Amino acid sequence: MNGSPAVELARVSKAFGGVKAVDGVSFEIRRGEFFSILGPSGCGKTTTLRLLAGFEEPDPDGGEIRLLGEVVNTRRPYQRKIGMVFQNYALFPHLSVERNVGFGLEQRNLPRPEIAARARRALELVRLTPDTFARRMPSQLSGGQRQRVALARALVLDPAILLLDEPLGAVDLKVRKEMQLELKALNRQLETTFVYVTHDQEEALTMSDRIAVMDNGRIAQLGTPAEIYENPRTAFVARFIGESNFFGGRATRGADGRLELALADGERVRLPDGRTVREGREARIAVRPEWMDLCRPGEAPPGENALPGEVREVIYLGETMHVMVTLRDASQVTVALRNEGQLSKPLPWQRGDPVLVAWLPEDCQILEDS
Amino acid sequence: MPLARQRLLAWLRRRPEARAWSLVGPGVLFLVVFFLLPLLIMAAYSVMSRGEYGGVERGLTLESYRRFFVPIYLTILGRTFGVSLVCTAICLVLGYPVAYAIARSGRWKNPLLFLVVLPFWTSFLVRTFAMIFLLRDTGLVNTWLLRLGVIREPLTMLYTPFSVMVGLVYGYLPFMILPIYASLEKLDGSLLEAAEVLGARPAARFRQVTLPLSLPGVVAGSLLVFIPALGSFLTTDLLGGAKEMMIGNLVQNQFAAARNWPFGSAASFILMVLVLAAVLVYLRIRDRRPMAAA
Repeated sequence: MNGSPAVELARVSKAFGGVKAVDGVSFEIRRGEFFSILGPSGCGKTTTLRLLAGFEEPDPDGGEIRLLGEVVNTRRPYQRKIGMVFQNYALFPHLSVERNVGFGLEQRNLPRPEIAARARRALELVRLTPDTFARRMPSQLSGGQRQRVALARALVLDPAILLLDEPLGAVDLKVRKEMQLELKALNRQLETTFVYVTHDQEEALTMSDRIAVMDNGRIAQLGTPAEIYENPRTAFVARFIGESNFFGGRATRGADGRLELALADGERVRLPDGRTVREGREARIAVRPEWMDLCRPGEAPPGENALPGEVREVIYLGETMHVMVTLRDASQVTVALRNEGQLSKPLPWQRGDPVLVAWLPEDCQILEDS
Repeated sequence: MPLARQRLLAWLRRRPEARAWSLVGPGVLFLVVFFLLPLLIMAAYSVMSRGEYGGVERGLTLESYRRFFVPIYLTILGRTFGVSLVCTAICLVLGYPVAYAIARSGRWKNPLLFLVVLPFWTSFLVRTFAMIFLLRDTGLVNTWLLRLGVIREPLTMLYTPFSVMVGLVYGYLPFMILPIYASLEKLDGSLLEAAEVLGARPAARFRQVTLPLSLPGVVAGSLLVFIPALGSFLTTDLLGGAKEMMIGNLVQNQFAAARNWPFGSAASFILMVLVLAAVLVYLRIRDRRPMAAA
């Protein structure tokens, strides 16, 4: 019992009027894990979270949801040991901060002094000074403060699992960055399992132990941030998380017997060894812009893939420079270069320069849905 | 003409207070002429003495006010407040669940709201007469009850306090339902979900979240029922058979039958002052719960 995962979904489905919002989703979340469900709007991530909360029930033959080892399919939210933080905060406007935080404890009929003491501790936990904030009304708080109160209100009950539905979607960038780190720290400190729904890939990468990327009601990929970013399995994942350059062609054997991708315009791209691409089949690969480099024609490093093209645009982004290159077949490739200081050490590339886009064969990500 | 118009607009643009008045002005003017002025005339009448054939004679006197404070009129006043309070309470008890159901009825919302306001399509007078046909000894209700064998003798319902109350509740129920519906309708569903996930069972959730947040609607609805009920005279007249007088009937009689305009005016003013006092007390009680109306 104690060894069971915090959350288990076994082929869970949920349809609304014939439309499958969640379609046979299975995954496990370990205790204490920071688990993110990431995807564009309408991908089913919020429905998945609402299934965990108990606001929705799976379809009659829609699989099984287990929380801490117990099947909870039809259990009401108040019968589950969960906390939830909503995107719009959902603070009770008619109750003070203190009474908002104490709401869950009041439902459990705890003595007043204990409620007050625990509410204070919860407020301190989310870095709100109780003396300053306890008596305020939600309308007197900023967005970030409201979400802290909402967090305290959920955490005061010591839930085994905390569900967060895009909690930082409505707060401004600076506060968001700050709270991302705090949430991660709280997750470690409290050993509570966090299930975090977001459409912001950077947010998911920053905080998560593991990420489930959802698309069309299914899990497109599940893995650590590094696995998701560095080894996306599908074009959807590669496109949704970070930027990617895509190449498609036919897999062939080169003269040296190694696997290559023959592009439409006759260029060849060497693929990494040991990947399961069948010879003669169509294949698609993705390459991250920052894994590519530029060099002058004829100066490609030996062993690297190199495609000729012409610099179309140089974009200054501060931390990096994006160089857009038009290849011979008129497709666009983005190469990200580290900005080493444009004033002291300007880029040697200008619009119209002929260049080679070069990258190592092992940096090719072979996509499944090719 | 275009020039004059441009000049007027330019002038309005320069003077924001003139612009504000051009918006508020017509309404204010209307109220001054058709509400404030008559009210002042009534106030003046109430401190004059009655004319022989209606109307008033010159000269100030507080006679009409003094005359009001005798047991018979005070009984009418008490009955008026009592009946109105009971009517408001019944409307609240009947109306809240209806408003709640409509607010949660999804796509049925608009058809149901339509049904609530449907009675307004006919005049109140016609509807009150219809009530007579329902409630009299040979009316629809008695016929059905007799046919079903629930009763052997027809029940006397018409011209009793019961029929008056039925008529009042029927007439004012929509004014309770609509404001409560409005406040329940804009209640954020995620608040209810938050309460549920915090462990609140349905009853606790209603008591601690839904009800307090719908209080503004309850307050508005109660005032919209209570105040007109205080002044009602048609229902009591037609359904009560003029047996159980309310202050509205008294005022009407004084102006129409007894031709004692000063006394009718004084009775009106006494009612108005009491209504004002009652509403202020009510609002004070509400405001003591902090932010209930927020």
